[in-house]
Amino acid sequence: MRPFAYERAADAAAAVAVVDGHGPDAAFLAGGTNLVDLMKLGVVTPDRLVDVTRLTSAEVEETAEGGIRIGAAVRNSDLAADPVVRERYPALSQALLSGASGQLRNLATVGGNLLQRTRCPYFQDVSKPCNKRRPESGCPAREGAHRELAVIGHSEHCVATHPSDMAVAMAALDAVVHVRGPAGEREIALVDLHRLPNDRPDRDTVLESPDLIVAVELAPLDFARRSRYRKVRDRASFAFGLVSLAAALDLADDGTVRDCRLAFGQLAHKPWRATRAEAALRGGPATDAAFGAAADAELAHAQPLRDNAFKVTLARNLLVRTLSDLRDEGAA
Amino acid sequence: MDAHRAQIALEVNGEEHQLDVDTRTTLLDLLREGLDLIGAKKGCDHGQCGSCTVLIDGRRANSCLALAVAHDGAEVTTIEGLAGEDGTLHPMQEAFLGHDAYQCGYCTPGQICSAVGMLAEVEAGWPSAVTSDASATASLDEAEVRERMSGNLCRCGAYMNIVPAIIEAGS
Repeated sequence: MRPFAYERAADAAAAVAVVDGHGPDAAFLAGGTNLVDLMKLGVVTPDRLVDVTRLTSAEVEETAEGGIRIGAAVRNSDLAADPVVRERYPALSQALLSGASGQLRNLATVGGNLLQRTRCPYFQDVSKPCNKRRPESGCPAREGAHRELAVIGHSEHCVATHPSDMAVAMAALDAVVHVRGPAGEREIALVDLHRLPNDRPDRDTVLESPDLIVAVELAPLDFARRSRYRKVRDRASFAFGLVSLAAALDLADDGTVRDCRLAFGQLAHKPWRATRAEAALRGGPATDAAFGAAADAELAHAQPLRDNAFKVTLARNLLVRTLSDLRDEGAA
Repeated sequence: MDAHRAQIALEVNGEEHQLDVDTRTTLLDLLREGLDLIGAKKGCDHGQCGSCTVLIDGRRANSCLALAVAHDGAEVTTIEGLAGEDGTLHPMQEAFLGHDAYQCGYCTPGQICSAVGMLAEVEAGWPSAVTSDASATASLDEAEVRERMSGNLCRCGAYMNIVPAIIEAGS
């Protein structure tokens, strides 16, 4: 591992100033579960770490509007167990609990979870080319091992997926990310935080290196009380997803769909908010056929690779099954 | 002062230590190489196997991914610190012995520390991915133990005995 200097700044503004002054070889350290791993692998090589675990809130607070504000330093395990999250946004709790292991969730923070890097095997192996790790070196995944990689929104330069579960639930729940940069604090909709790869796969997000995530806010959403996160993977626990779905369904008295929230995970370079499927469902019948048609509307734009077309079918089935479960539980 | 070194304080198994560490040192390497506490094991060194699990401020964590410098002031409990001062084994250690819950033993310190931390999480009312009603208090059945302990791998496959040992210690 490359030697690095370690420091704790006095507050978030000071931490941002340190990284701003030092340049891209400085990095923020939170739980370290991804960053330290990548430093061991030689994938990232910062020469200065600024520890921010004690500089942002580690609390989940209710907002005046009836939503919640989650400090960036809240541990994944604490957020999953939070009574308000479990009651009002169960999909978020379920997403967190489906990710990583008990030990890792105790270390990992909300801010770090959002900024974790892809688990594409070529990205993690410094002996291989990778456009995300080394721009313009090439993408062996397109012809190589890509069974678990992207089926939608990818480019000729990169087929990596974003691995987070938590971020998928947050994307469905209209989360807003609070970011502190050198010019002060600003808000970014979570669905706009992560990028599609296009010709710059080295950039996972729209953030610049001194930008620090300080909190994530969820607006009130009554029907999210019956939201769901479901994840399909190769083993039952402690594995990254092949496809996941965060869903919330609001049915009118006549049984039609009044409103819904849908986001897929592990299909793309970012959490995939399924806006086409949502639009297809609103105002229509809550039947399995309508759910299937909505999934088709979303997935019509998929361009699977040689070995991952099954993920498109899996995503369709996951959407139909999850919405029909939500519908049937609501009617019961 | 060397920018790549730091002075930290750690309380390990009840004993205070003032340490001068290379900033790259993980808690696992510090325990094993610096403090001669070789119970926590280096399996994968990437947070995937759980054999390095210790309790940091009472919570189970992978010590291979925890930079020592970032845990200045922490209280760490390793497998060596679970038994009483008179040598009385922790109930989880007794349960592993009673159920023969290991073969080669390499993953065992991590399994036991993880199980002790996990029981505290159940006690605190934390749900798991298999807790059917998210608002209900979880009971510690086989499915719950398997899910909650999925961060600890046993390559001998001794799960058949590990699971009942943990259920017994938790009851």
